[in-house]
Amino acid sequence: MSRQYVGRSQSDRKVSVSGELFALTYGALVAQLVKDYETDDEINKQLNKMGYNIGIRLIEDFLARFPDIGRCYDLKSTADILAKQGFKTFLGIVPLVANWNAKGDEFSLILEYNPLCDFVELSEDHPNLLYSNIICGVLRGALEMVQLDVDVWFVQDTLKGDDTTEIRLKLNKRLEDAVPAGED
Amino acid sequence: MSEVKVQGEVSQTLFEYLHMEILSHLIESYGNEKKGEVISALEALGSRVGESMMERVSKDVPRFRTELDAMIFLCKQFWTHMFNKQVDHLKTNNQDMFVLYDNNFRLLMHLSESSQHQDKSPLFLAFTSGLITGALSNLGIKSRVTYEVPKMPQCFFQIKINL
Repeated sequence: MSRQYVGRSQSDRKVSVSGELFALTYGALVAQLVKDYETDDEINKQLNKMGYNIGIRLIEDFLARFPDIGRCYDLKSTADILAKQGFKTFLGIVPLVANWNAKGDEFSLILEYNPLCDFVELSEDHPNLLYSNIICGVLRGALEMVQLDVDVWFVQDTLKGDDTTEIRLKLNKRLEDAVPAGED
Repeated sequence: MSEVKVQGEVSQTLFEYLHMEILSHLIESYGNEKKGEVISALEALGSRVGESMMERVSKDVPRFRTELDAMIFLCKQFWTHMFNKQVDHLKTNNQDMFVLYDNNFRLLMHLSESSQHQDKSPLFLAFTSGLITGALSNLGIKSRVTYEVPKMPQCFFQIKINL
């Protein structure tokens, strides 16, 4: 399906929908994927792929909203902007940036509250399901469009009984100006 | 256990893109030729979400005296709760037909106004039509919804109740 998106006007900038609608819709999507795929691994992959497709478009919207954000030359600034502006703008939350490794190419985003999980209880039938894996895909896609090749994965998840939700991000390399193909 | 009332908001753009991905996934699953099945699946998804949403939104609201009251609630509070705007226009024959007009429908806003998407417009409204039937079903009202996009981003939903 080809998509053509018109640019956002100034007045659209602050438009939001209810977090509940988003969470319930996302839950319905995961339920659909659970029906459509046999293994948790396949579901996780599909969530990541869908997130990627969202991420590569979301970044354009983000850069249009914040035209003053220049190129980030180090991962620390990128992480800050991601947490304080990226997550804030789209999900209404500001995760904590923490747990940097010594090399400075790996860090965590700690989410005290994950808006995707409001009405969710994981069933025991899906022990390996990464419910919010779409977030990892979104981050991967968005950062790829700004020339950063990253791996993103869940370290902790409150849905699984952990105290917080922790997403870890590792920078593999900076990309040259090759344009990545969308994952269809 | 204390009840935490969550009042989160998520950017409309993100929700639109999520909606698009759901569409894409279903089209891929069922195949491009099976639009009817994709639409049914979207309506079913929407219906489940709509029912849950209405349950939460109408929790502290007294029972509606008439179906018109329920419909007005749908157009005002419910629509606002979902899309941060009310339905723009509600028409009724005062019996069993209602038409909801949204002139700036959130889920169509990112699509170009060219006719390129016109033929696919049922796909973009199927989920929301499900939201409507699900929401009404939570209020004890059975309904059937048809919908149209006369021109992006305007749309209307025709609702027949008392089936």
